[in-house]
Amino acid sequence: MRIDQLLLATALTVMLAGCAAPRATGDLGVVVERASGSLTLVETTNQTLLKRIKGLGDLSHASVVYSRDERFAYVFGRDGGLTKVDMLSGRITARTIQSGNSIGGAISQDGSLVAVSNYEPGGVKVFDARTLELVADIPATYGEEGQLSKVVGLVDAPGQRFVFSLFDAGEIWVADLSQPDQPQITRFKDIGREPYDALITPDGRHYIAGLFGEDGLAMLDLWHPEQGVRRILDHYGRGEQKLPVYKMPHLEGWAIAGDYAFVPAVGRHEVLIIDVDTWQEVDRIKVHGQPVFVMGRPDGREVWVNYAFPDNDTVQIIDTVSMQIADTLKPGKGVLHMEFTPRGEHLWMSVRDEDVVRVYDTRTRREIANLPADKPSGIFFTARAHRIGL
Amino acid sequence: MRLAIAPEPGRSRWYAVAVALLFLMTASAAATEPEGDRKDELLHLLQHDCGSCHGMTLKGGLGPSLLPEQLEDKSAMMLRATILIGRAGTPMPPWQDFLSEEEADWLVGRLQEGISDAN
Repeated sequence: MRIDQLLLATALTVMLAGCAAPRATGDLGVVVERASGSLTLVETTNQTLLKRIKGLGDLSHASVVYSRDERFAYVFGRDGGLTKVDMLSGRITARTIQSGNSIGGAISQDGSLVAVSNYEPGGVKVFDARTLELVADIPATYGEEGQLSKVVGLVDAPGQRFVFSLFDAGEIWVADLSQPDQPQITRFKDIGREPYDALITPDGRHYIAGLFGEDGLAMLDLWHPEQGVRRILDHYGRGEQKLPVYKMPHLEGWAIAGDYAFVPAVGRHEVLIIDVDTWQEVDRIKVHGQPVFVMGRPDGREVWVNYAFPDNDTVQIIDTVSMQIADTLKPGKGVLHMEFTPRGEHLWMSVRDEDVVRVYDTRTRREIANLPADKPSGIFFTARAHRIGL
Repeated sequence: MRLAIAPEPGRSRWYAVAVALLFLMTASAAATEPEGDRKDELLHLLQHDCGSCHGMTLKGGLGPSLLPEQLEDKSAMMLRATILIGRAGTPMPPWQDFLSEEEADWLVGRLQEGISDAN
C-alpha cells in the first residue's frame, strides 16, 4: 500500500469511527415548547440546541420523566398524550393518547412502569415503560355515587409505589405496584380541602400535599403510614386575607438546605421556611410576588424563586444562610420554569413571552447563553432519572 | 353655472345628526372592541394565563373547560362577573385589576363563539 493510500484509509477509518462514536445522554435535556407542541433537545455542556421534535400534541403544563438509563424521555401532555422520545435519535418511539386531560406522571423505582395522573377521567393509569401498553387502571373514585376526582401530585416512592392526591375528594392514595396488574391501594381520607400539588422529599420518605381550600400542608410519613396523614403549618395564615391566586404554585423542586425546607406560600408574597425535624414554620421571607417554583440549587446554598402573573417577569435568589434575598433578576415576561444543571453551576430558565431560554452562571448570576425557543415552559434534564420523586 | 353642492338648511341639520350618530356609534364600538394590540394581549392572556388552569386550548384543567358548548347555558353577564370578580369558594381569582368591563365582555364574546387554534 502506498503511503497516500494508507493515509486515506486511516482518514476514512477515523471518520467512520467518528460517525459511529457513541454519545452519552447525561448532559442532555428537553425544553417544552408548549404552543407548538414540540420539544427541543438540548445539551448542557456547551449550551446548544440539538434538535426540535414535533408532533407531541398539546403540551401546556407538560412534564417529563426519564428512563433509568437516561436514554428515553416520557412526556406527559395536557391532552392525555404520553410520548416516549429517544434522546439519542431525537425521535418519537411510542405514543398513546391515554385520557382526555392529564396533568403529569412518574416513573417507578425500577423504571419498568410509567404512571400518568389524569383530570378527565379522573384517576391514574399505569403503562409498561418499554411499550407504553396499559398495565393498570386506577380510577380515583370517591363519595357514595362513585364520582371521579381529578388527580394531582403523582410521584414515585420507594417500594415500587406511586403516591398521589385527589383534588376533589381531599384524599391521598398510595398504590403499590409490586404486582403491576394488581395494584394494592391504601387510601387516606379527609386529608384537607383541594390538594393542588404535592412533592416527595428527596429521600422518598415524606409525601407532602399543598392544600388550596384551606391553610397548611398535608403530610404522610411513608416510613410510618400507620400514623396517617397529619397537618403541618395549619396555623399558617389564619385570620389573614389571602390574595387572589393567578397561578397555582408548584411544589416540585422545593429546596431543602440543611435543616430547612423552603416552600411557596399560596396566595401570599412569601416563601415559608420549615424546620424538617419538627415540621414547624421557623420563618417567612417577603418576596416580590406569589411564588410558583421555589427551586433549591443542588448544593442547597441558594434558592431561586419565580412568580405568578402579574409578577412573572422577575426571579429572586434567596441566600439560605442569611435567609435574605441576595439578588433580583428581570429576565423578561413569562418566566415559567427553571432547571439547575446536576451539580448546580448553571441554571436554565424559560422566558415564555421573550421566546427564549436563558442560561445563568449561578456563581456570577450573569447570563452566559440564550437559546431561541417557541413559548418555552418546562425544562427537564436527564439527571432527573436518578432522583426519587422526579 | 349652478351651485349644486349647497344643501338646503333642513338637510344640513339632518347631516349633522347623522354625523353625530355615526360618531357615537364608532365611539361606542371603540369602547367595546379593544384596539388591535390590546386584542392580541387579551388573547395571549386567555391562552397562557387563564390557560394555566383552564388549559392552553381552554378545554379544561384544574379549572373547568371554557369551550363554547360548556358555556352555552351560562349568561354573558354571569361570565363577565366571574371574570371580573372571581368565584368565591373556588380558585377562580378576580381579574378586574387587569381587565376593564369592556375587555371582559369582549373576551366573553370570543369564548362564546370559540377561539380558533390559530390564536
